[in-house]
Amino acid sequence: MIEVRLHGRGGQGSVVASKMLASAILKDGKWAQAFPEFGVERRGQPVTAFLRIDTKPIGAHYRIYKPDHIIILDPTLLGQINVTEGLKDGGWIIINSSKSPDKIDIKGNFKIATVDATEIAIKHRLGSKAAPIVNTAIIGAFIKATQTVGLNSILQAIKEESPAKPEENAMAAKEAYDNTMLE
Amino acid sequence: MMKVIMGNHALSYGAKLSRVQVIAAYPITPQTQVVELLSEMCANGELDAKFVKVESEHSAMAASIGASAVGARAFTATSAQGLALMHEMIHWAVGARTPIVLGNINRAMGPPWSIWTEQNDSLSERDTGIMQVYCESNQEVQDTVIQSFRVSEKLLLPCMVVLDAFYLSHTYEPVDIPEQSLVDEYLPAFNPPYRLDPDDPHTFGSLTDSKWYYELRYKIEVAMNKARDEWKKANEEFENLFDRGYGLVEDYKCEDADLILITSGTITGTARIAVDILREKGKKVGLLKIRVFRPFPIDEVRDVLGGAKKVACIDRNISFGHSGIFFAEVKSALYNNSNRPPIWGYIAGLGGRDVTPETVMEIVKRTEESDTPEELIWIGLKKG
Amino acid sequence: MSEAKKIDWKGVDDMPEMAVSLSSMRVNKTASWRNLKPIIDYDKCKPCGICWKFCPEPAILLKEDGSPVIDYDYCKGCGICVEECPRKAITMHREER
Repeated sequence: MIEVRLHGRGGQGSVVASKMLASAILKDGKWAQAFPEFGVERRGQPVTAFLRIDTKPIGAHYRIYKPDHIIILDPTLLGQINVTEGLKDGGWIIINSSKSPDKIDIKGNFKIATVDATEIAIKHRLGSKAAPIVNTAIIGAFIKATQTVGLNSILQAIKEESPAKPEENAMAAKEAYDNTMLE
Repeated sequence: MMKVIMGNHALSYGAKLSRVQVIAAYPITPQTQVVELLSEMCANGELDAKFVKVESEHSAMAASIGASAVGARAFTATSAQGLALMHEMIHWAVGARTPIVLGNINRAMGPPWSIWTEQNDSLSERDTGIMQVYCESNQEVQDTVIQSFRVSEKLLLPCMVVLDAFYLSHTYEPVDIPEQSLVDEYLPAFNPPYRLDPDDPHTFGSLTDSKWYYELRYKIEVAMNKARDEWKKANEEFENLFDRGYGLVEDYKCEDADLILITSGTITGTARIAVDILREKGKKVGLLKIRVFRPFPIDEVRDVLGGAKKVACIDRNISFGHSGIFFAEVKSALYNNSNRPPIWGYIAGLGGRDVTPETVMEIVKRTEESDTPEELIWIGLKKG
Repeated sequence: MSEAKKIDWKGVDDMPEMAVSLSSMRVNKTASWRNLKPIIDYDKCKPCGICWKFCPEPAILLKEDGSPVIDYDYCKGCGICVEECPRKAITMHREER
């Protein structure tokens, strides 16, 4: 079983991202489960979502404490919360950042991948310039780094699950996939 | 078709596939998406049903009773305080023998306000005569709605389909949404023996003195008693058509188990993981999931637990002044049985407190190390 | 339409599942409760429909011109129409049976 934790802010689409990934994993013929941190969500507030991937049906119904990988939709969260908490050794941290992985100021036994998801989202007019919706771009970087989901599956899942602009969202994911910087 | 959906939408799809004709509901966290999707389906013509907007859960059930009384298939959904407000009308739905299906998202009762899971809301309806089924996956939620209409309409008893707040309601899982034609084959149209009909007017539910009230209560119990077999039959046919099914109870690795855990709802899947880990360590641990709570599966509980040396019941609920409610039910089922293993009662996960495989393993360890059964153990209580 | 039947059973086996009258309310006439009978004085009645609105049965029907007619098969003689009529056009009279 692979477990993933997503950190974002209310309005960026963290929960939708986890659901899109789950749908793509189903298309890959595997089992998935996606869920938000259970609580009250507000725009701008730190939001956490979770994802489980397995080759068999998933009966686990509890929070993920030791994720294999972490996705960070908003780089300003880095200084505010302990984003690496519980991360397993050798896991990936995927960060929405214009910096290259070696310029990211967190250290530990993990690998870092970065992509400028904000710029890609603005370019494809996802959300507004003030509040771009970066979820589909960061998904592209996640699957580039971890190879846990097929690219075609995720592009199709994004087109099906996007509340708006399905084609633009899929293009954002593809562009992020092609431009992800790996450590 | 396999689709990743949230538990709340599994209720909606179950209702849609059952071709419900009237939906009356009032929104409440964490139930809201159930009726949001159904109202969308009614608005866009996907579902040919009347969506009745009401001003309270009491009215939601009252409207459902009216709909069911004229012979329409009625569905509603609620949670916690909403269910409590509905309480009077649940008694009415039972007495009027209206086979309404009610989705309830388990949510802890306030105060203090909580939106997280706990079973005290649904278990407070234990003695109304509504059937209760506790689900552990989104697939089971959808399928149970369909099965419920079949059993309910056969027996003229309402049924509550119960799922944990967030652990199912807001969790996305792959669900096989069957073809409508297959569900139509499984679930015939609702055709009650009596209905409110202006062309053939009768009085319903009018004052009935002690001369006959007693017999009418007896008939509810007769129906409840029959429900055990009806659930089994309904499930057999469901398995034939859909290649999956569910028992009144479901036992896991119990055949040779020295210690059997009892769970309900989503704690079950987590406990299975703990059982697998313990089995690998050579411990003979099994698990009994109680799915149908009303009618209570007395024979199945006796059969599965009879051979165990110890039983540990995990309750995400409490009857204050007594014990966990599943614990009390299981204990009473075993009292007149020749095999009566000692049973330990654990309270866990109230107000949505996370129950992990580690929690379950701690429960197993404590039960193993104890010689005399304890009836009320608060697991993970912060002391100091 | 079924005939009027006494609402009674031998026991649990021949009873319906819920409290329901076996015969149709069309033939199960409930006016036998009445010991005082409301009578409308049509000279005073200026059809306003208030008695029709208030009758709890409802045993007051409206004709096409809006004037009320009491259905004595179902009127239980509660007298609410008498209380509510603003023109005092309805009065109670001893039932002669």
